[in-house]
Amino acid sequence: MLSVESLAFGFPGRTIGRDVSFALEAGEVMCVLGPNGGGKTTLFRTVLGLLARHAGAIRLQGQEIETLSRTEIARRVGYVPQGHTGYFAFTVREFVLMGRTAHLGIFSAPGRKDLAIASRVLESLGIAHLADKPVTEISGGERQLALVARALAQEPKLLVLDEPTASLDFGNQVRVLQRISALAGSGMSILFSSHDPDHAFLCARRALLLAEGRVLEIGAPRAVIRPDTLEHLYGVSVKVIDLGGGAHTCLPAVGR
Amino acid sequence: MNSRTLSYVLAAGALVGLTVLAFAVGRYPISLSEMTSLLLGQPVGANVETVVLQVRGPRVLAALVVGASLAAAGTAYQGMFRNPLVSPDILGVSTGAALGAVLGIFLSLGVFFIQLLAFAGGLVAVGLVYFIGSRLRGHDPLLALVLTGVVIGTLLGSAIALLKYLADPYNQLPAITYWLLGSLAAITPRDLGVAAPLALLGLAPMLLLRWRMNLLALPDDEARALGVDTRKLRTLVVAAATLMTAAAVAVSGIIGWVGLLIPHAARLLVGPDFGRLLPLAMLLGAAFLLAVDTLCRTIATIEVPPGVLTALIGTPFFLWLFALARRSW
Repeated sequence: MLSVESLAFGFPGRTIGRDVSFALEAGEVMCVLGPNGGGKTTLFRTVLGLLARHAGAIRLQGQEIETLSRTEIARRVGYVPQGHTGYFAFTVREFVLMGRTAHLGIFSAPGRKDLAIASRVLESLGIAHLADKPVTEISGGERQLALVARALAQEPKLLVLDEPTASLDFGNQVRVLQRISALAGSGMSILFSSHDPDHAFLCARRALLLAEGRVLEIGAPRAVIRPDTLEHLYGVSVKVIDLGGGAHTCLPAVGR
Repeated sequence: MNSRTLSYVLAAGALVGLTVLAFAVGRYPISLSEMTSLLLGQPVGANVETVVLQVRGPRVLAALVVGASLAAAGTAYQGMFRNPLVSPDILGVSTGAALGAVLGIFLSLGVFFIQLLAFAGGLVAVGLVYFIGSRLRGHDPLLALVLTGVVIGTLLGSAIALLKYLADPYNQLPAITYWLLGSLAAITPRDLGVAAPLALLGLAPMLLLRWRMNLLALPDDEARALGVDTRKLRTLVVAAATLMTAAAVAVSGIIGWVGLLIPHAARLLVGPDFGRLLPLAMLLGAAFLLAVDTLCRTIATIEVPPGVLTALIGTPFFLWLFALARRSW
């Protein structure tokens, strides 16, 4: 689905990461972990073709990303950026319908089929009741779900989510992770970042630890998420506890 | 009828009512029955025919075209710049047009060449801003564009100031001041015949792309990730809005407030969807400028510059609307 080889990435004139290589199969979930400012968002933007790569190669379904138009990329990859507040007061339905752009002709507006897809996606995320509310008048967590809905309306093969759980309460975090697992079950590849290593344990097949723009380790979560790697990433000491039955959790040492 | 439909109906009704009123009032009042007779082709006095067809007709039409154009361009820009306080002048089209016109007056050219210079000045100014702004890499493209617009606008403004300083104070300076305040008094059918098709040419892409225009209101990354080539779309919108504004400004001079106030009012009424917003903004823009221009020629024995009145009416109206409407932009 997605293959990244010896990628160097960053902003024009300033490389912030290099030597990043990984591949993502259909239906596979990979979680990117790393500290603030470690380059997660920049890596994602580069993978989406929003920033020019500095070296290396990015292939979507075997095709070099530079050879694809924005429309062709958007039909394959959905992007859920970090929450934003400066939107105009589009309704949630209008907002989700924007996800259909890549499937529409340049002069067309969404039709009945697109409306049905938008309704279905809103339903599946449990936010159908918000459809006619302005995106400016819903909570941060609801807006995050609306962003996920918009990306799903693209009907992508790969979904890239930049900290999709960041502004969500505990229940909604779990719901998003469940949704990620379910989507992967239906064959969608998923690349997401998180601040919580437990999220990698919960729903990712692999974890990529990104420190200062380089891959620290990549592999099965329980193989790479260890006290020493977490201390390297975040500079705090953490216990990784085996809960039995394949479940693991991270417990930071705080005080006492 | 829902509140959106009601907005369109009321705006269209106001426009028709104001058009009739604009034909009726003035130094030579025309009665409703005289107007009906003229419309039905029945004989009326020669004076009535002259006043309606030669004097008021072009002026009323000009108010409608200029008002609708400025409102449409403002609507496109407010969406594209994701900022409800943006007016069509933001990339320097009005300042460029003003420099063109002032240069024409300074060189004592005829009316036609003054208008031509104004139109060309508007296009060149925005072209220059766009050329420089899109070459400033490593910045947010919109911010680069706006900042370039401000800087180039200031530069052109000082060129205007220089020409005003050098101009003949008895002859040219009043003409320059008059042009800079805007006026629809001297518009001829020929002016309209040139400006209206140009404005329509600018309107066409906006109408065709009305749904896709909404995506420009998203952050650049998001719009691109959804499949929009934002650079191309933005270039097209800037070209279309500039064409409309330059065509309007070339015949009317600078009339402020319409392109800022009207799109904003329309958005408060029907929300941000461009396809719904554009027609309402154009109706409201046409009605507003017609009302202003009718007042300009009737409230005093001398004509009041419309730019002064748009601000006088616009400011309280804007504040009232803002206080009234709860929903954010």
